[in-house]
Amino acid sequence: MSASQPIALELDRVSRRFGRQDVLVDVSLAVPRGGITCLLGESGCGKSTLLGLISGIDRPDGGSIAMAGQQVSGPQTFVAPEARNVGFMFQDYALFPHLSVEDNLAFGLRGLPKAEQKARIAEVAQRIGVAHLIGRYPHSLSGGEQQRVALARALAPKPAILLMDEPFSNLDQGLRERVRRETVEILKSLDTTAIIVTHDPQEAMAVGDQVVLMRHGRVEQSGSPYDIYDRPVSSYAAEFMGPCNRLNGIWAKGNIETPIGRFPADLDLPEGALAVACIRPQTLAVMRDGEGITARILGKSFLGESEQMDISVHPLAQPLRIHSHTRSPMAVGEQVKLNLNGAQVHVFAEADTPPPPKKLD
Amino acid sequence: MTETAEAAATAPPPRRRIAIRGAGWILASALIAALIMVPVAALIWQAAQGSDGLWRHLAAYVLPHALGQTAMLMAGVGLMVTVLGTGAAWLVTAYDFPGRRVLEWALLLPLAVPTYIVAYAYLDLLHPLGPVQSLIRDLLGYTSPREFRLPDIRSMPGAILLLGLVLYPYVYLPTRAMFMTQAASLVEVSRTLGTRPHQIFWRVALPLARPAIAVGVSLALMETLNDIGASEFLGVRSLTISIYTTWVTRSDLPGAAQISLALVLLVVALVSLERWARRRQHYSAGARRARQFRPQRLHGVKAAAALMAGLVPVTFGFLAPALFLAVEAWKRFQFAGLSDRLLVEARNTFLLSAGATVAVLICGLIVAYATRLLPHRGMLALQRIASLGYAMPGTVLGLGVLIAVANLDRLIDRSAQDWFGVSTGLLLIGSGTALGYAYLARFLAISIGSVEAGLSRIPRSYDNAARTLGHGAGATLRRIHLPLSRPTIAAAGLLVFVDCMKELSATLMLRPLNFETLATHLYGEAARGTYEEAALAALAIVIVGVLPVILLARVRQGDNGN
Repeated sequence: MSASQPIALELDRVSRRFGRQDVLVDVSLAVPRGGITCLLGESGCGKSTLLGLISGIDRPDGGSIAMAGQQVSGPQTFVAPEARNVGFMFQDYALFPHLSVEDNLAFGLRGLPKAEQKARIAEVAQRIGVAHLIGRYPHSLSGGEQQRVALARALAPKPAILLMDEPFSNLDQGLRERVRRETVEILKSLDTTAIIVTHDPQEAMAVGDQVVLMRHGRVEQSGSPYDIYDRPVSSYAAEFMGPCNRLNGIWAKGNIETPIGRFPADLDLPEGALAVACIRPQTLAVMRDGEGITARILGKSFLGESEQMDISVHPLAQPLRIHSHTRSPMAVGEQVKLNLNGAQVHVFAEADTPPPPKKLD
Repeated sequence: MTETAEAAATAPPPRRRIAIRGAGWILASALIAALIMVPVAALIWQAAQGSDGLWRHLAAYVLPHALGQTAMLMAGVGLMVTVLGTGAAWLVTAYDFPGRRVLEWALLLPLAVPTYIVAYAYLDLLHPLGPVQSLIRDLLGYTSPREFRLPDIRSMPGAILLLGLVLYPYVYLPTRAMFMTQAASLVEVSRTLGTRPHQIFWRVALPLARPAIAVGVSLALMETLNDIGASEFLGVRSLTISIYTTWVTRSDLPGAAQISLALVLLVVALVSLERWARRRQHYSAGARRARQFRPQRLHGVKAAAALMAGLVPVTFGFLAPALFLAVEAWKRFQFAGLSDRLLVEARNTFLLSAGATVAVLICGLIVAYATRLLPHRGMLALQRIASLGYAMPGTVLGLGVLIAVANLDRLIDRSAQDWFGVSTGLLLIGSGTALGYAYLARFLAISIGSVEAGLSRIPRSYDNAARTLGHGAGATLRRIHLPLSRPTIAAAGLLVFVDCMKELSATLMLRPLNFETLATHLYGEAARGTYEEAALAALAIVIVGVLPVILLARVRQGDNGN
């Protein structure tokens, strides 16, 4: 995705309070046209609230929202949800139980002549693969079928932006993977601009062109999946995106000094400040002998695709975790050498405050 | 494939408005709430006008007596409905015997008999020359009423007895629900803690049911305050009667308004009692999802005794008066058929009630939906104001509407004369609009409550889905909420319709000249002491009144999950 692509949606310092609680604080965000943006975060971080604000179901307390350059929500403006041309797919799908699948699909098409409605329904049902369900009622559909009908209904009016709130969370594990892949294919083939809310970092990275990690109502970090995973801006981001070994240390001359070694980092910290190093388990390796730090295997579990080992390293109180895709011949209790050469180390200041909100320009 | 891109490019610019969200809905709700407030404001205004020297007369002679009578009536009815309602509820919950299933819903039947009809029926049934006393004299070998007669039903004890007989279901219903949902595990626990079976009612069930009983009693007492017919027929000079006579015979509107305000104070006390009790009920609802109460199986004599006991309130509260009315109506029908007059009155009743029901449903829908759209504190306050009328006695509300509308009528008449040289007379009262307004004010709470309950079962995401699919608030109501809550709305309509049809006290005050409904016809005949077609009218009211009872019984059974 390049910066030259036109902006479909722009949020400028949007905030929302419920009573005395700040649910969203100065959220700024740009969503380029034609891509999938994932809003990622723990439950209660405000991501669903943000979706509500974008759709117009809810109104922000501050800041402004613009779609395709037109302000839809601001101090002087508010465009009602029905006039925003956004599609919304709800976590519970919200299929209307008293309407057939066909009437559900037609629901967003009022204003079109009957013949055009029919044609559009046929087109969208065919593309999303729900044509055979057209006469059925929601209660007779399986979970996967309901999900597709909900997707088709949201896409039928050709929304400028499609908002999806945890669209895969109601599906069981086996189905989820497949439906997710198919959904992404459909969105890509239609060149839809979509915003997907999820709490699952794997899902966000698999699906999103852009991932927006949120924390306590603020944007913690946004960027491509690779950006966020490989260059987290905080230990929170690093640990949220995947498991990490966390080592405390002290900053000295451009390095963090930890009990098992010193790691360089591009960080502007005062000498002697407390710092944290986060190391991904899959970038650590142990060998029976050779160069490295002496360690002992405390536990080992076989996960099929990979092996997971916990090793104790003097003088660390906590064991270190290692993921390896090759099988190791070592047994529990054996002494090994820990090799830090390939380790990906992310270093952060100990006082782990989120970065100030980025200015959009 | 760039469908969305095209769509975005060709889509018209979004409509802009600087909106207070749902301003129209708030405005409509505020108007409705104001409409409900007007009668009360009119009463206060009228009462403040003072009534020359009459108020001193009222305060010295009318009010103390009326207050005393009303207090006695309320105390008696309160005691009676508590005993009957709680006893009946415990009987069908704690014990199992042949006929219990029927009794469960049959105990609701007296709800179908308005207080003025039960009084009318018993007045005739127990007349010294009526069927019951004649039978007793025959059995005992007396020949003339002079030798033997029962105590006169036209008395305070008689009124208490009769009102209690038809109002106890207000206590029976919530108390039984409380026993069903709460008592099972608590009773079992207390058994294991050494409470003997016969102590359980006093030590566990009764204390547990106190909030439910309080809710029921306060509702029954509101009905007692509302009653005008029974007190009138039975010679009890209650506050309600004093208001009516102060206005009708003394033509003293300010005086009537002042007594009304005294009555309103009583109502406020009752409403506070009900609110307080409901809150208590709410707290104890934490222990829900309990097992079903396992009743104790009775056999032989005990079972028969239980059935007999349960049948007592059903017999005297419903079967006897209904049967009597049926017999009398049949006699009258054979004698004279259906008179045109009665048919006209039936049509009047139907049209008026149906019209009022439509208005009540529409207003209820607006207020309930507005509260769903904007669950603000202000909107909730509006809703509460709009629901005020349910507690107001019909006479008080009727008087308030009368004062407000009569002034409005005068204004319209004067303006019409000034501008067009035409006199419109009493346009609003004469057309029945005033009466419809009183029904709206009195029964709006029923429709708001039911519609709200119906809407609350529709997930919020349906609203949001419809909105993002291009439907405004109104279109969403029409295409999603109305179809999905049709059964609840229909049920609310039935309740309101029947209540309008039975309504007597406000109808007496506000009906246009020479306009009779079935209820006012009955009242007129009973007040004159003539017994012509009243039985037919009464029977019609009772038959229609049974419909919501059936509905209620079915809902109950649905709740029990079988």
